[in-house]
Amino acid sequence: MSQSSRLITESSEWTFPMLERYNTVIGQIAAEEFQLDTYPNQIEIITAEQMMDAYSSVGMPLGYKHWSYGKQFVMTEKNYRRGQMGLAYEIVINSDPCIAYLMEENTAMMQALVIAHAAYGHNSFFKGNYLFRTWTSADAIIDYLLFARNYVAECEERHGEETVELFLDSCHALMNYGVDRYKHPAPLSLSEEKQRQHEREEYLQSQINDLWRTVPMRNVEAAAVESRRFPAEPQENLLYFIEKNAPLLEPWQRELVRIVRKIAQYFYPQRQTQVMNEGWATFWHYTLLNRLYEEGYVNDGFMIEFLQSHTSVIQQLPFDHPYYSGINPYALGFAMMCDIKRICEAPTAEDRHWFPDIAGQDWIKTLDFAMRNFKDESFIAQYLSPKVMRDFKLFAVLDDDAQDELEITAIHDDPGYRRLRLALADQYNLGSREPNIQVWNVAYRKDRSLTLRHTRYNRRPLHAESTQEMLKHLHRLWGFAVRLEAVDENGKVELVGECPSGRH
Amino acid sequence: MATFIDRRLDGKNKSTVNRQRFIRRFKGQIKKAVAEAMNGRSITDIDNGEKVNIPARDLSEPVFGHGAGGRREAIHPGNKEFTAGDRVARPQGGGGGGSGGGQASNSGEGEDEFVFELSREEFLEMFFEDLELPNLVRTQLAKATEFKSVRAGFSSAGNPANIDVVRSLKGAMARRMALAAPYTRRLREAEAELEQLLAAPPVDEKRAQELLAEIEHLRARARAVPFIDTFDLRYSNRVKQPQPTTQAVMFCVMDVSGSMDRARKDLAKRFFTLLYLFLKRNYEKIEVVFIRHHTVAKEVDEQEFFYSRETGGTVVSSALVMMADIIAERYPTSSWNIYAAQASDGDNWHHDSPACKEILVQRVLPHVRYYSYIEITPDRHQSLWEVYEELKASYPHFAMRQIDGPADIYPVFRDLFKRRTA
Repeated sequence: MSQSSRLITESSEWTFPMLERYNTVIGQIAAEEFQLDTYPNQIEIITAEQMMDAYSSVGMPLGYKHWSYGKQFVMTEKNYRRGQMGLAYEIVINSDPCIAYLMEENTAMMQALVIAHAAYGHNSFFKGNYLFRTWTSADAIIDYLLFARNYVAECEERHGEETVELFLDSCHALMNYGVDRYKHPAPLSLSEEKQRQHEREEYLQSQINDLWRTVPMRNVEAAAVESRRFPAEPQENLLYFIEKNAPLLEPWQRELVRIVRKIAQYFYPQRQTQVMNEGWATFWHYTLLNRLYEEGYVNDGFMIEFLQSHTSVIQQLPFDHPYYSGINPYALGFAMMCDIKRICEAPTAEDRHWFPDIAGQDWIKTLDFAMRNFKDESFIAQYLSPKVMRDFKLFAVLDDDAQDELEITAIHDDPGYRRLRLALADQYNLGSREPNIQVWNVAYRKDRSLTLRHTRYNRRPLHAESTQEMLKHLHRLWGFAVRLEAVDENGKVELVGECPSGRH
Repeated sequence: MATFIDRRLDGKNKSTVNRQRFIRRFKGQIKKAVAEAMNGRSITDIDNGEKVNIPARDLSEPVFGHGAGGRREAIHPGNKEFTAGDRVARPQGGGGGGSGGGQASNSGEGEDEFVFELSREEFLEMFFEDLELPNLVRTQLAKATEFKSVRAGFSSAGNPANIDVVRSLKGAMARRMALAAPYTRRLREAEAELEQLLAAPPVDEKRAQELLAEIEHLRARARAVPFIDTFDLRYSNRVKQPQPTTQAVMFCVMDVSGSMDRARKDLAKRFFTLLYLFLKRNYEKIEVVFIRHHTVAKEVDEQEFFYSRETGGTVVSSALVMMADIIAERYPTSSWNIYAAQASDGDNWHHDSPACKEILVQRVLPHVRYYSYIEITPDRHQSLWEVYEELKASYPHFAMRQIDGPADIYPVFRDLFKRRTA
């Protein structure tokens, strides 16, 4: 076939046959040349308003109803109308088949870009990355969300919209503390979920009541019980603990806690793989569209428009720019992915020293391995090369409230590389980004109060105002007094707050 | 492999429910903002949506997060002049990111105000919430003079324009099948027999001929069943249903004597506008009659009503008489809900006030649903107020209030129309 006859289109208006053509070609190159393993794609064309809808429900295709999504929607709409913000060109949902939304306003080039980015980039990441494989069940999520929505609606009918909403507020507040970080979850299944739910309701209630049994025990036993803590080990999954142990919750409330917890768990991998996921998808749309150009499927005009859009996506503003808002995950991810490919294909002496394992290896296999087995934190710790640090001109700033001034602790030079890399990896470690708060004790022989402990990391305190609010939410869920203590590095414990306040 | 789905046509306004919930959730704040906006803006564009400001902290959703303090190391891009070991002053304030600070977005800072736009519907909903039209009695059905034509199934008689083709043909088809059934059954039998006969030689020619003849005959009979018959025709049936009247007329009566200056007229206008909007929410169709008066009354259009100037004395009764005449002439109470609002600065020719009372009692109040009188004056009341005061006691649908300045309009309006729990 001659070059010119391969050209898919010269128009910037897209049509359905054209999209199918793009998809076929991109899919073919992705699968055959680059061995991208993907879920089947379901590509949906939607309007801007629908995009805002999808946006405001954090990309869940069918969320239950809650005012906070309305707030999000109002906010998105406002920014969009004012032109402060372009909408995301795409939203992609980690499900099987993988659903990608394309906005109708996009030009033909954008649609091709989005297909490459979402339907092959993100899609293969969802299917391959170990976090997604472990924590999410792509084939069941849509069913589960449907179950959740109907369940919430049912609860609203039975118990009133406001009651349910307030309760969900509290659950949402603790959403980040509703994930098991280390334990593997059981796979979701709609039918099992439903079937189990009833049994669970009744059984759980009896269990919990047993914990609060007031039948007197013999003294010796009682004394032993007195000194024992419950839970025996600190619990990091606050929502799980509440679901199983809060004494006063109704069965339907426990189910709501569970729903929020499950959804939090579903999004947990996404929060941990932002750099990788976006970097991976960006790398692939770049690579795939370039292949399209080389093969003659698209023309120069297409490429110029594409590069313009691509460069603005991976733009990294310097720290002293007025619009600087941190490291752009697209930029960092893309740079690292490209860098890995470079190290494989054309390693320098420095690369051979730093990455003896991958220098000169097959880049497709190396990238695939990196994508499958890491999360942001470990990916950066493993693969951030001196070259990328130099390109980004990274530097580390130490902000210590014990010192009057900030200290530049490392820059992109030989002595600084390792420290930079560690510090940047740590910046993506959810464990250090989010305060470490765990259930410490329940005074179940006394006032049934719940004590949480915040283990301080680098002496960083909690945000005072929101902590008070959080205690109120916790109190609503637990039903009895809730106390929060902080433990510093020397093991000293101090009371940070309690709700209701003023009681000891 | 990929499936393409065009979703553009479905699922519009999916977020409406969530948006409504958001508004309901922050009703208190939004209502406050609406009331404030009310005072702020010109009455003429009240009918639009409204931007609402809510302090962002009121609607934040808290999470556990780190506060300022402690020790943190942050990585930033774009180093130009720093080398390891450099010390720099801590930048003041969180704004603009800066070099230090860590992740500013985590520390709970955000916009101070959350601004969003209420649609016109939502705005008016908030605006008129808890308000109620007094005596909102739809004109009695028995007296109804309006009819609405509604569908009521099908009938076998009607005019040709109303023929329902699908229905008619369905009927025809059923009739054809039913009438032709005996023939077709026999036809099938005869055909089967013939086939059998022909399949197994030697062929009984005579029988075959008989069968062929019968088949021919039966086919003819089946064909003879008419394709469509007058009997099949069905007409869409429409019946007339009496409709309760949902139209209202609003009388705006205003004193334009010399003592009513521009500012006072403006206040009156605001009041009238509010009333108009409020009525509009309750009635499908509203007519407005403007009557202005000094010593004589005149029915005018809106422009003239508010903007032309007259001077002279004041005879309120002239306007009331005119209103009574117009009601009698154009707005029969059987089909119109009548509302009247009168604005004045309270001046009246002294001897006219008793006459006003008389006209109201005799000719106006029996016909109107609600009569509101506002007096725009910071001064003490004059004869008109006193006379009206007597009316107030005996007519529950007569209301009067005094307005001092623009800030009073909305409260007074709310007060006049607030939902009575009794």
